[in-house]
Amino acid sequence: MISLENISKTFNHGQVNEINALQNINLQIHKGEYIILIGSNGSGKTTLLNTISGAEKVTRGKVVIHGTDVTRYPEYKRSKWIARVFQNPYTGTSSDLSILDNFRLAALRTQPKKLAIGINSPFRERVRDMISKLDMGLENKIDQLMGNLSGGQRQALTLLMSVMDEASILLMDEPTAALDPKSATQILRLANQIIKEFQLTAILITHNLKDAQQNGTRLIQFQEGKIQRDIHEEQKSKILLPDMLEWFE
Amino acid sequence: MNFYLEAFQLSLCLGTMCLGVFISMKIFNIPDITTDGSYTLGASITAVLLSRHLPILYVMLASMSMGAVAGMLTGFIHTRLKIDALLAGILVMTGLYSINLIILGRSNIPLIDTASVFSSFTLFANTTYNNLSIGLLFIIITGLILLFVLKSDFGIAMRATGSSETMARALGINNNKMKIIGLAIANALTALSGFLVAQYQNFTDINMGIGIVIVGLGSVLIGNVLKDWFKIKSIAAQLALVVLGSLIFQMVLAVTLVSGVDPNFLKLITALFVLLIVALPRLRRHPA
Repeated sequence: MISLENISKTFNHGQVNEINALQNINLQIHKGEYIILIGSNGSGKTTLLNTISGAEKVTRGKVVIHGTDVTRYPEYKRSKWIARVFQNPYTGTSSDLSILDNFRLAALRTQPKKLAIGINSPFRERVRDMISKLDMGLENKIDQLMGNLSGGQRQALTLLMSVMDEASILLMDEPTAALDPKSATQILRLANQIIKEFQLTAILITHNLKDAQQNGTRLIQFQEGKIQRDIHEEQKSKILLPDMLEWFE
Repeated sequence: MNFYLEAFQLSLCLGTMCLGVFISMKIFNIPDITTDGSYTLGASITAVLLSRHLPILYVMLASMSMGAVAGMLTGFIHTRLKIDALLAGILVMTGLYSINLIILGRSNIPLIDTASVFSSFTLFANTTYNNLSIGLLFIIITGLILLFVLKSDFGIAMRATGSSETMARALGINNNKMKIIGLAIANALTALSGFLVAQYQNFTDINMGIGIVIVGLGSVLIGNVLKDWFKIKSIAAQLALVVLGSLIFQMVLAVTLVSGVDPNFLKLITALFVLLIVALPRLRRHPA
């Protein structure tokens, strides 16, 4: 469970360009919930994700994950629970490492990185098996550099990497924004499949209202750093696209 | 011929420094100027301890440890005090000049009557071949250990930090810690080079490290050009190419000197040669 208590985030505090990105946010996210975050640009969606992951420190408030107060934890320590998929498909993986090396790091997310060779035959087989499920023909290219792959392929692999270890929370910041429609559909389908299979608690930021309507168990709209709407499962299924469009007018 | 063999031996002694520059420059993308100071630091400690007849292994470990401390200091200033890596390296290098002077006690120490790593082991009766084989042994062992480190889980994490800090953080890697350890390894290797060169040339001089980072950089860049030409991706081959780069670099300087160029121009030629290596691939890409 994720608990955000009175979270505020101010950028450029005390300067002329001061921005109150998050204003006194209180939010409880229960285990297994799949939250869709929508809102205009600059409404605070990405900042919220960054405060949960630890990429941004909060100005005020408390972040609690699975009962642990992680407010002062740096991002790398919070990765024990949290996996991320970024908007830029090239951010979530390392271009200079092979597919196998990237997966090895993902497998060690919560463990110490020891001075030992961890890539052995069973590990190669495990990665090959996982990747073959994508049906992208990448299972025979695991020794290739990640930099040789397309954005869609890398985003799909980032999603698979998120379940290589014991992460229980998946944060996705517009993971399909930089992809073509076909790849975007594939990635979203894969994300839904992974969330369901591994019973992850997930947050997805999207500007695609159709995706927001069709996916997730809870819909939250952000506006000017505040939660404007928080709609749970039963109500969410009744919302129509024209209604959602009206929220932005 | 002997002149070229000596250049070959010097390239082997400088090879570990080039591997150190490879770590800071190519893996972490940090232009680490500490190299100039930690190279002389390794040579200074070697000169002082060898002249007191301490065991070679002890001298080598002491040199490498102090080099590692210098690298850690640069890493600490860069990551914890948030000071640009270039400036952090310059600060430590400047400080090391005084420290090296204090260690040496004067501007240079000759090592003519002391035992050295080259005289302590006899693999060949011929001195030149013996020195070459010991230098070769050092670079092979160092290369293999470095290869193991870079291929280990820790090494993959280290390479990830240099490649994408955002991704590394998201995968639970402490980037600051990685940079500090990486710079420590790089400068330990540089100090090892100082340890070898001091014994190869039979003296340590306070100014011997000035501009040595350019030699390392040039060797790494030659290796990089060769890597791109032959489309090499394996880490092992990249390390070998860095050492080959060191050899090519020293051979070019040797040819220049043999052709009668005034030795006073050596640093200028070195700088121009590195400029040529850096500029040539760019000029080829943009002929206009």
